[in-house]
Amino acid sequence: MTVEAGSTEAKTTSAEGAVRQPGSGLLGSTFLRHALLMLLAYVGILLLLQVVDPFRGSQLGEMAYFVPAVAGLTVLTGLNGQISLGHGALMAVGAYTTAVMLDEREGPPFLLVVLLSVLTTVVVGAVVGAAAARLHGPYLAGATLALAVGLPGLALTFEGTLGGEQGLPVRPPRASDGLESFVEDTIGWELRSQTYLAYLGWALALLVLFLLSNLIVSRYGRTWRAVRDDEVAAELAGIDLGRMRILAFVVSAACAGVAGSLIAVVTRLTAPTTFTIVLSISLLVAIVIGGLGSLVGALLGSALLVFLRPAVTDAGNAAGLTDAQSANIAPLVYGIVLIVVMLLAPRGVVGSIRFAFLNRKAKQQLSAASASR
Amino acid sequence: MQQFVNITLNGLTVGFIYSAFALCLVLIFRATRIINFGQGAQAMFTTYIALEVLQRSGSYALALLTALVSGFLLGGIVERVIVRPVENGPEINAVIVTLGLFVGFVALAAIVFGNSFEGFAAPFGVRGISVGDATIAITPNNLYNIVAVLVAMALLLCLFRFTSLGLQMRASAFGQEVARLLGVRVGRMLTLGWALAGMFGSLAGILIAGGSFISPSFMDGVVVFGFVAAVLGGLDSFVGAVVGGIVLGLTTNYVQGYVGQELQTLAALAILMTVLLAKPGGLFSSSVARRV
Repeated sequence: MTVEAGSTEAKTTSAEGAVRQPGSGLLGSTFLRHALLMLLAYVGILLLLQVVDPFRGSQLGEMAYFVPAVAGLTVLTGLNGQISLGHGALMAVGAYTTAVMLDEREGPPFLLVVLLSVLTTVVVGAVVGAAAARLHGPYLAGATLALAVGLPGLALTFEGTLGGEQGLPVRPPRASDGLESFVEDTIGWELRSQTYLAYLGWALALLVLFLLSNLIVSRYGRTWRAVRDDEVAAELAGIDLGRMRILAFVVSAACAGVAGSLIAVVTRLTAPTTFTIVLSISLLVAIVIGGLGSLVGALLGSALLVFLRPAVTDAGNAAGLTDAQSANIAPLVYGIVLIVVMLLAPRGVVGSIRFAFLNRKAKQQLSAASASR
Repeated sequence: MQQFVNITLNGLTVGFIYSAFALCLVLIFRATRIINFGQGAQAMFTTYIALEVLQRSGSYALALLTALVSGFLLGGIVERVIVRPVENGPEINAVIVTLGLFVGFVALAAIVFGNSFEGFAAPFGVRGISVGDATIAITPNNLYNIVAVLVAMALLLCLFRFTSLGLQMRASAFGQEVARLLGVRVGRMLTLGWALAGMFGSLAGILIAGGSFISPSFMDGVVVFGFVAAVLGGLDSFVGAVVGGIVLGLTTNYVQGYVGQELQTLAALAILMTVLLAKPGGLFSSSVARRV
């Protein structure tokens, strides 16, 4: 019964895709709309970075490296239904690739470094994804948990190249003198290293969001949703489940690679202590609280991660806890948030609002229909 | 050769503890089809409580009793209050909730008991037993660990085989609807299952802690090893969990002894992937077809 209903649904979605594809005008406008939105967001961020104080500025910079990772994970978990606790480890792959290339000597240009880091993470992600494609639910969670707990061990084993417990220092990229003087002359902004990194980070973060937002409404996004909602129906509709799952994992891993590269240059250090299981779980917190599968939710979740931690830590200090104790309030809150959101509002913030909105709209339509009759 | 024997004996001891931990995951999975990723953190928490008791009273027996009772209560409360609402929902929700338990308990322990390593005195000697003029790596404490796990397993077996309560628990794990129709209080049985699992986990925790150091994250690796051991055995077989635990204990000890300590978890991951890809039902699965 359920299979039948699901299969017709999947067929209609693929039929929709077939109708939509020739009408490239419609697709083009989505593309332009997203591009415009991202540009506006970028200008907004640039202006915001100018007016806020350095501490808030550094927090915004911090947010830039959470956004790609959280957005990638929400696409994987929310759209394709695969949970991953290994994204902290994938970020570590990206970060270590960046750290090895950007050591004290003059290295290759930053964008090339990011590209290579993404490439490494994609390779690792493809291997993990190929295994993950055959797993679901708790099995997948357990396997990726093992990855998250185990992978930092590599850094300790290969102490010579990966720096062991101490980690590797990272030389952050600097604005070229030409760009620095150009910006100062034309707009009158001083391009300090930290703000420059925040600009760079947000440019990459928004680029990732832009690509993902287009991907979500594309044929691939629809296929992923079909796989998530009903495996059997999707397979009947001619979808190669394994290939689609691996693809989702690879896309998600690439985002984690960008995030890893950014975390390396923003924190200027790549050490195993950064990439603990708590990092992976905090990414999960962000997607759960924002709402699985929603990019707006991912932005919201990342913001909460960044701004909540110092807030609760300060609250702990104010309540008379030692620094070591206060540092653990944030993970405690993460745990409570995961449980409470799942028990009370499993759709997350954005999902709940969207649901309430659609619910109201449906009710209005219903009452309008009955009134006209 | 001497080294090989010692590593093997150590692996066996550790393997028995992993078995105990895998057993509690299996207990829960059979009853509710949930894997409790918070199990290790719960066990860590009760081990800290036991350490407090040990330091105050100096009695290991009292500490052990405290660990078991608090593990039992904690397991039951967690099921009744937190897990019950997500039990029949999408499986991803349950996974997320138990992960919340995991990170929440670890952080709570760090706040309440501190983040540093604390020594946990071993109840028995930790020097190898002498046979003739050679000292073998099996210590009285190791023997105690193995015996404790075996006794606990025997008690569990008796409970399930020979008591009405055990029969009711098996019935509700087998088919909730049918069991309910036959008058079994299924909800209570599920709570009891989680409570027993909590007790078993606490036992594993206090055994691992004995003669070693504990910190809020000392069970993180054990969760992974217990999970891999349980999957190795098929996740719903008690015998499978025990065998899986021992296999894993031996393997991780060989990796630790001959390759490098830090690679233990990755070795466990490699085993997990191999098993899931080659024989997804595990080595001892009772169900014939199940999608992993």
